[in-house]
Amino acid sequence: MADGSIGLWTVPLAVLGGAIRVSTPFLFVSLGECITERSGRINLGLEGTLVMGAMSAYGISYLSGSPWLGVLAAGITGALLGALHAGICSLPRVNDVAVGIALMLFGTGLAFYLGKPLIEPTAPRLPAIDFGWWSDVPQVRAALRVNVLFLIGVALAPILYWAFRTTRWGLLIRTAGESSDAARAMGHSVLLIRLRATMVGGFLAGIGGSFLSLFYPGSWNEGLSSGQGITAVALVIFARWDPLLCLWASLAFGGAAALGPALQSVGVTSGYHLFNAAPYILTLAIMIITCSPKRTLTGAPAELSITR
Amino acid sequence: MDFGRISRRHLLQGGAALTLGAAAGARPAFAADTTIGFIYVGSRDDYGYNQAHAQGAAALKKIPGLKVVEEEKVPETDAVEKTIESMINLDGATLLFPTSFGYYNPHMIKMANKFPKLRFEHCGGLWSDKDPKNAGSYFGYIDEAQYISGIVAGYTSKTGKLGFVAAKPIPQVLRNINAFALGAKLANPKATTQVIFTGDWSMPVKEAEATNSLIDQGVDVLTCHVDGPKTMVENAARRGAMVCGYHVNQSPLAPKAYLTGAEWNWEALYPKFVKMIAAGEIIPNFYRGGLKEEIVKTSPYGEAVSAEARKHADEVKAKFLSAEGYAIFKGGQVDNKGKTVIPAGTDRGQKDPELEKMDYLVEGVIGATS
Repeated sequence: MADGSIGLWTVPLAVLGGAIRVSTPFLFVSLGECITERSGRINLGLEGTLVMGAMSAYGISYLSGSPWLGVLAAGITGALLGALHAGICSLPRVNDVAVGIALMLFGTGLAFYLGKPLIEPTAPRLPAIDFGWWSDVPQVRAALRVNVLFLIGVALAPILYWAFRTTRWGLLIRTAGESSDAARAMGHSVLLIRLRATMVGGFLAGIGGSFLSLFYPGSWNEGLSSGQGITAVALVIFARWDPLLCLWASLAFGGAAALGPALQSVGVTSGYHLFNAAPYILTLAIMIITCSPKRTLTGAPAELSITR
Repeated sequence: MDFGRISRRHLLQGGAALTLGAAAGARPAFAADTTIGFIYVGSRDDYGYNQAHAQGAAALKKIPGLKVVEEEKVPETDAVEKTIESMINLDGATLLFPTSFGYYNPHMIKMANKFPKLRFEHCGGLWSDKDPKNAGSYFGYIDEAQYISGIVAGYTSKTGKLGFVAAKPIPQVLRNINAFALGAKLANPKATTQVIFTGDWSMPVKEAEATNSLIDQGVDVLTCHVDGPKTMVENAARRGAMVCGYHVNQSPLAPKAYLTGAEWNWEALYPKFVKMIAAGEIIPNFYRGGLKEEIVKTSPYGEAVSAEARKHADEVKAKFLSAEGYAIFKGGQVDNKGKTVIPAGTDRGQKDPELEKMDYLVEGVIGATS
């Protein structure tokens, strides 16, 4: 301990730190997708939205000097991409999954193209709040340096849970997702509800992207997302379209991502590829455990094209 | 050397000589309007490996009569064969630089056999007599620059614990880790170097996690061997650790934390290749060099580097530059499992091919190759 090392404690601490640091993009994308899917549509394009959000946040933060303006820009970019998805899907006989895949490629491609000149410069980053002030151990302090976006995400999960159950808007989104006929009979435009839900979903995914480029890992490059957007979309199914479960699932994925490097740092060096794959193994395992060929997934909105 | 002044006439003369040579079946033909194809595994402005190559390609673009075509983000699969074929068939490329390690075998070898009249220059491969004669592999002994980084890191570290974020346990990466660790031990015999493998060349989140884990273990100077060191450099600097760069100079990213770094010098080598071709010389199939041959270089020292460290590092650098050279890997070297990996009495010099098959981590490195 005298040499500043904390030995095996690194592993649980890294998993905790990882859960806080790595989970935020998962959390925002999955909450956003949760809203979209509850309205009866799947937006697979959120990987593209995440990358576009990361790029535009970095660009605006660099040009304006204000990272918060970057976060806002990322949200707006995401909402616009969401509107594009919803707009195309409003046309008759358009498959939302196919549009999503197209938008995923479009978003990442456009972000790489526009982001070329942004790889070299360093943009101002989002500040962190030091929750580890009570500890003398620098490792604990580092693990507990929390970004406000993470706190917003954590607060958003129960708010969404509550909103889906008790608010008028929550009911409308759920109605559009469970039975578009019922929503129409109530005199609401299903397309408009889905447009708004997809835009809000895109807004949140864009903010998730801004966290990647402005906080952790904290710079823009093309490998930044490495599939986190797609993982987060899968996470929604895994969390049964429940915002609270999305929160836990995101934290678990964040912690699992930290497991591989942390184990190596304490000397568990064999099979690091396996530990690096931990998040995916976790997904597969839970999918297999919870799936049944005899019934549809519990909690799945009935209008969703995968369950219909 | 100023390669920018090679005139079109010189190239034409060289080209004519080459055409004659090709007619005799000796060498591929390079016309004056030679098209050169560059293939990168990642983004060519990644502040790292690919950017270093792209800087070399940019140096070629300045030479009149040369056309450079580039494709980035080509995976190390069949995709690179398709890229090579399209560069040859559509762009008329006659000299190709597939720059990523995994392109070599079987992909580039296959293409070199298919197009025996064209020249293929691969970065990092291990050309052997069995491989096609029109293929070549070049590489720099960047471990020499890593050794210098290690010396500087060893002097700078207060805890005696150094960290290395690495992509995959392949010989070139292991050689860099070992050279860095041995350099550090020169400065501080008790220094250890802890390595974390992320599993792939570009994994920003994993690299950031590895950096944090190392610092949590008490590491206070870090370096890396991944495609884009930006993530490691920035995250380490944020935690107050010092860094040594890799591939290109990353000091603008962390001016206070940047000590020195191991950089490529492709902008010197590639024009040299083209000049050799234009002059009708044969590029050796197996082309290597280090600090002395100007294939690698070190970044200027940062402000945190002590006078003592500078003095020692400069002394060793001078040995690398001297006529007799300097061997990093000396006889009697023991690996971190206690096994003697280099027999006593035989120093493995810079060009020793055994070093390119390296599969061990030396004593003082914490980590394992599998």
